[in-house]
Amino acid sequence: MPDSDTLAFADRPTGSVGLVTPHIAQFDTPLALACGKVLPEYELIYETYGTLNAERSNAVLICHALSGHHHAAGYHSQDDRKPGWWDDHIGPGKSIDTNRFFVVSLNNLGGCHGSTGPVSHNPETGRQWGPEFPIVTVSDWVASQARLADHLGIERWAAAVGGSLGGMQVLQWTITYPERVANAVVIAATPRLSAQNIAFNEVARQAIRSDPDFFGGWYAEHDTVPKRGLKLARMIGHITYLSEDAMGSKFGRDLRSDDLNFGFDVEFQVESYLRYQGDTFSTAFDANTYLLMTKALDYFDPASLADGDLAKALAPAQCPFLIVSFTTDWRFPPARSRELVDALTRAGKAVSYANIESPHGHDAFLLPDPRYQALFSAFMNRTARELGLEETR
Amino acid sequence: MRADLELIYDWVPQGAHVLDLACGDGALLESLARNKDVTGYGLEIDPDGITQCVARGVNVIEHNLDDGLASFCDHSYDQVIMTQALQALRRPDKMLDEMLRVANEGIITFPNFAYWRHRVYLGLRGYMPVSKSLPHAWYDTPNIHLSTFNDFEQLCREKGLVIVDRAVGVGERRGHWTSKWWPNLFGEIAIFRVRRR
Repeated sequence: MPDSDTLAFADRPTGSVGLVTPHIAQFDTPLALACGKVLPEYELIYETYGTLNAERSNAVLICHALSGHHHAAGYHSQDDRKPGWWDDHIGPGKSIDTNRFFVVSLNNLGGCHGSTGPVSHNPETGRQWGPEFPIVTVSDWVASQARLADHLGIERWAAAVGGSLGGMQVLQWTITYPERVANAVVIAATPRLSAQNIAFNEVARQAIRSDPDFFGGWYAEHDTVPKRGLKLARMIGHITYLSEDAMGSKFGRDLRSDDLNFGFDVEFQVESYLRYQGDTFSTAFDANTYLLMTKALDYFDPASLADGDLAKALAPAQCPFLIVSFTTDWRFPPARSRELVDALTRAGKAVSYANIESPHGHDAFLLPDPRYQALFSAFMNRTARELGLEETR
Repeated sequence: MRADLELIYDWVPQGAHVLDLACGDGALLESLARNKDVTGYGLEIDPDGITQCVARGVNVIEHNLDDGLASFCDHSYDQVIMTQALQALRRPDKMLDEMLRVANEGIITFPNFAYWRHRVYLGLRGYMPVSKSLPHAWYDTPNIHLSTFNDFEQLCREKGLVIVDRAVGVGERRGHWTSKWWPNLFGEIAIFRVRRR
């Protein structure tokens, strides 16, 4: 039984899983990808929180979004300024209660945080994969996650949970491996990207690919990084994550100094914020991975494999669903979640849906909110009750 | 359970597929699912009601009934139930059409404005009635389309609907014998089961 990564952490904040250490799982069985290529071998980096019970029935899979990774909760060291990206929702007494559940959070294939991806070594060529890393899809990720489940001895997830692109992976799980998912939580997601969504992704990709430092994706061999492209891509992305109101109330038209300087340097606070976000991201994230992740988003469309009928695509699903959207999310608006809900009701599936009032746009799925947390907890508690899960600590 | 919900519980057949409009905390759907193998969904707009439904394991969908039922297919349910919501809708008549498009049978409950206590309030005292079934003041009430047993029966006649059952609820109890004979005067809550002809 895998041990919890959680160590005693003397002065950890209450509700935190504390100090965590990532693990790496190696897979030697080749993985056939949707694009037709085969990955001969690969590694997945993951973290776990909580304790797997003897029946191995309390495992919850966390699927990450576009720029996410395996570090969803807790701290890597006592000096970490910030906890994992979903720490507000994972931990003792939180929505995904680690006193009951054993949480598994991985970095997806093609990622740049430790799982095999463009920055990894390609055994066939002896160089970095770079732009030659095959384009992976949501289905490919789910197939690789299923192998991780096998590796951990988890037959069936008590719940598969994800926001945004993570929610799409959860949907795919219920279609590809319906018997391996006891519950599905799909937050701020969509059953397919709109033309506008794809358009934003394409602008982001063009920003990266047209950066002179991109070198057709071989920037590492030129000892450089297409920082300007990545920065622009992140700035564009960031605008779509926030709502107009959230930006307005956070920055308004505030200036950094008192007067206009009639130039093109940073003047408005919002410019400064976007540049800062872009700069930070451009040194922390891999450009080829960003390109891959946006493609996975664009390609996801389970209905297209079922005569355009989403209800038919979801027919294999067996588990109860919780679908959540946020009122000011204009990247994946509530109407997209509702489309999903309507397909599920047409297919006669167990589904609940809530549209949470929030000013934070798409980013709301990452943030704490009393109603969001109460609803999420209610669903997870019911899950624990139905599966007969007891506290493991 | 509320008195009107107990009556409705008896009217829902074993194994039915139902839609419960304004399902509140999901108590009716939960007991129907547990004891009568009933499946289906509740629609609700109140955040706390939605969370309570989820906690009970009742399928609930956040939905504003004034948006209609366009997302539900024709004849996709056995029954559509709507308790204590008709009077708060923008167009109760259109909702009735929608209910009987989606299902073969509709169960509807609403406060009877012609209940004798309401008549006393308005007729003798000259104030807008306030009661257990109509607890709000005139200026903040969500109940914008109040009606009576007679009004509802007239609407059903105009629409060519068949009234399969009619019952009366008074407060927390079922109706007194007087309300059975003179529901429009002694019935506080109107309860109808209707079908298309």
